Amino acid sequence: MILTAICLTFVVFVMTNLQPNLEKLAKTQGNFRMSDAEVASYLGDRGFNRPMTIKYGEWLGVVPSYRIIGRDGQTRSRCSAHGPVQESTVKYCGVIQGYWGQSWVFKEPVATVIDKRLSRTGALMFWVFLLMIPGALILGILAGMREGSRLDRTLSTVTITTTATPEYVSGVIFIALLASSKFGLSPLLNSWGWTEKRTILKGSATSASKDMPADFDISFLPQFLDGLWFRLAEAPNVENFLLPVITIALYGMGYIARMTRASMAEVMTSQYIRTARLKGVSFRNIVLRHALRNALIAPFTVIMLQIPWLLTGVVIVETLFNYKGFGWALVQAASNNDMDLLLAVSVVSVVVVLLTQLISDIGYVFLNPRIRIS
Amino acid sequence: MEALTWTGPLGALLNPIIQIVTLCFLIAIAIQIIGTMALPAARGFNSDGSIQIHFTTRIIDRAVKYCLYGFITLLSLYVIIGAVLGASSLGIIGGISRQLLPIWMSMIAIFTASIIFKRKLGLYGKLFDSPIGMIGFALVIFWVLVTLLAGGLDMVVTHDELSQVSGMKNKVPGTPVRGAEVGDYAHYLLGGDNLARDVFSRAIKGSAIVIVIAPAATLFAFMVGITLGLPAGYYESAPLHFKTKGFYLTSGIALVFSILMFAIAPTDIAILITILSMFVIWMLLKTAVDTVISFLANLILAFPVILLFFLLVTPEIVKTGLPNYMAMILFIFPVVFFGVLLNARFHTRPDIRWWIVGGVTLILFWFYLSMVSEIGSPVYILPNFLDGISLPSEILVVFVSVVFVNSPTVFRIVRGLTLDIKTRDYVAAAQTRGESSWYIMLWEILPNVRGPLIVDFCLRIGYTTILLGTLGFFGLGLESESPDWGTTINAGRRLLSIAPVPALVPALALMSLVLGLNLLADGLREESLKD
Repeated sequence: MILTAICLTFVVFVMTNLQPNLEKLAKTQGNFRMSDAEVASYLGDRGFNRPMTIKYGEWLGVVPSYRIIGRDGQTRSRCSAHGPVQESTVKYCGVIQGYWGQSWVFKEPVATVIDKRLSRTGALMFWVFLLMIPGALILGILAGMREGSRLDRTLSTVTITTTATPEYVSGVIFIALLASSKFGLSPLLNSWGWTEKRTILKGSATSASKDMPADFDISFLPQFLDGLWFRLAEAPNVENFLLPVITIALYGMGYIARMTRASMAEVMTSQYIRTARLKGVSFRNIVLRHALRNALIAPFTVIMLQIPWLLTGVVIVETLFNYKGFGWALVQAASNNDMDLLLAVSVVSVVVVLLTQLISDIGYVFLNPRIRIS
Repeated sequence: MEALTWTGPLGALLNPIIQIVTLCFLIAIAIQIIGTMALPAARGFNSDGSIQIHFTTRIIDRAVKYCLYGFITLLSLYVIIGAVLGASSLGIIGGISRQLLPIWMSMIAIFTASIIFKRKLGLYGKLFDSPIGMIGFALVIFWVLVTLLAGGLDMVVTHDELSQVSGMKNKVPGTPVRGAEVGDYAHYLLGGDNLARDVFSRAIKGSAIVIVIAPAATLFAFMVGITLGLPAGYYESAPLHFKTKGFYLTSGIALVFSILMFAIAPTDIAILITILSMFVIWMLLKTAVDTVISFLANLILAFPVILLFFLLVTPEIVKTGLPNYMAMILFIFPVVFFGVLLNARFHTRPDIRWWIVGGVTLILFWFYLSMVSEIGSPVYILPNFLDGISLPSEILVVFVSVVFVNSPTVFRIVRGLTLDIKTRDYVAAAQTRGESSWYIMLWEILPNVRGPLIVDFCLRIGYTTILLGTLGFFGLGLESESPDWGTTINAGRRLLSIAPVPALVPALALMSLVLGLNLLADGLREESLKD
């Protein structure tokens, strides 16, 4: 797992440190009219013109950081965020030491950026899961309990449709239907006098990604839970948060529902269910008591493995709805070649991928009594 | 010129009818859903043991059926009347239907012919036994025909997809074109986008990019996945042995590669690559080939797709020529695949073996070179007069990245299927006959896993379409005026709440194509499971 993470970060590192990318960075950070010589000295002063492996070692924290006396006379170091070196500047600064570097775009330490953005995306994902998992499981169980019935066929068509609708399509449709003042349901309901507002929901979630006010305080909660409470309950509301949440949930829902349906259908044809039916147990009891537990083993794995896939959806939705979370930071970092931020983003996503794989393996063993590691 | 309404003058007659029928249909469906929960499934049993359906259920079912038939009849009435009378009587819908007339005709011809001869057409014919498969096939063939007729023959479109007409910016559907001359189409059927171009023509033209790239990229991904997945699943022992011919060959290739790296790459990277290739050879001596390839596949799979796109498909990376080098590696797999495939079959026929194997490989290799080599790119091997295919660099980048993302998943599927199939008796029989391993993999195992592979191929084209849309949505790869659906959605999303149509039309087009492919895959799966 650590080997995978190292390989992947090295690939990202090499890609972001290729010469054209470095020139772009120098030009966006310095100014666009820099001559080639100025670009070279800008990059040289900040230690970019050195071998790739040494730079990677610096980022990792196994090689001491550079100290270069630049052409302008200042001594710079990676550990002082490529700025002038101070007394307190340490020698080694890398991931091992807990230093993630400085973001070029946001002009902040990467750790702060990631921390802030992840909490926003975490709130988004919380609501997505709250909507997606029960929805998908109910759809799948209803479809799978009587395989081939009309309900099954209808629900299967619904789930196929949702898997065929990527986030940027469903998001566009939802905004057009519910959040446009000239099109869809909003003007209709408005003209009937059912709603006061010009649009039913908002097509942008910017207001849901606002910062926590300094004096924010909830009396019944301990201080340290305030931030969490703010992200989950105060900042978002139905008006600005429902559309992004259902847009992500819908695409993921279809696949999980189909897996649940397959698993449920398989369980319903097994011997013990037939025995129960012949004993005269009611259909409701068979589904709820006998089939459900066994049918839910496979979807658990699927849900876990679905989480990395949701990342793409998060990036799309955060861009579409302008919600300044983790995915939005990824887009900003990638389009500005903000290398330290991009590396941190990839570390986070790789850790998420590998962790979910691990959890799904462990959870499978726990849920399935037939597999026991002796 | 007057602006068109959605359904024109005839709509006054047809719209109320379809509204009533739709309402009836929805009510009937609602009653049916309640009925399946409230009413018992069976009333009793017939003498032959079949279930006797409750008579209320039967009435509800019949009502739903007739409402559905009525609804479909009315919808097709819109299409037929529109195709005959055009925009003057049935508004925008009529106009669109009229423009699509050649496509309706071809679809009717294809469906009639297929249904008549369906018993002789194998799996394709069986598709016409399942309604789901038929709907999926209809959607897919619709877009394929649109590509052929509009992209190839310039038939369906009303305006040029790139030309801008002043005063048509963000206009609503059905707006008459200002200053239209005789012979020009008089309206923008689906309105104008934010650069005053015709939305309808752009959506139609945009299909060509998707319909051509998505299946081709999926095919290449399958070639890569199959060529790597079969040996990974088949071989159990280490592929190389110390001091054999293969060992020396591989070491030689690695040596040449490393020396090359010292010549072109910085020293530290070259040392790293040399160590890496020595490590790979050591792995090949010690463990199965599966371990090495699976590790690489998992590495790519652990990468978030979106990050990979952002890293690969930027102008800066294109400048370094990385996509061209990746194309060199990825595009060689079809050549290898077909070479090995034919060699495995014909190596017992020395009289024709070299003609067939050598000929096909040479032709494919020429294709390979002309696809990879491009003037102005770092990979410029083939002289220009021999270069048959000219791939624009932005298409190549998109193509390569999509193939790269899809290959590991295909690899895993093929590997899993091979692991399952290789324990069968006919594989053991072939091994006893003394067939070569590649013959067994390609001519015994591969034909027997074609069912799941075909189904996955359909699904994967849909997924590739979504990926292409994602690339366009982030403005990666294709240039911003390209009519492909993703780019158009990206251009239209900024004004979504004021003028939603320019983004909505390509979004629905993309959705219908992917839905069609998914339904087609579902139909194929159902039909192939029957026997």
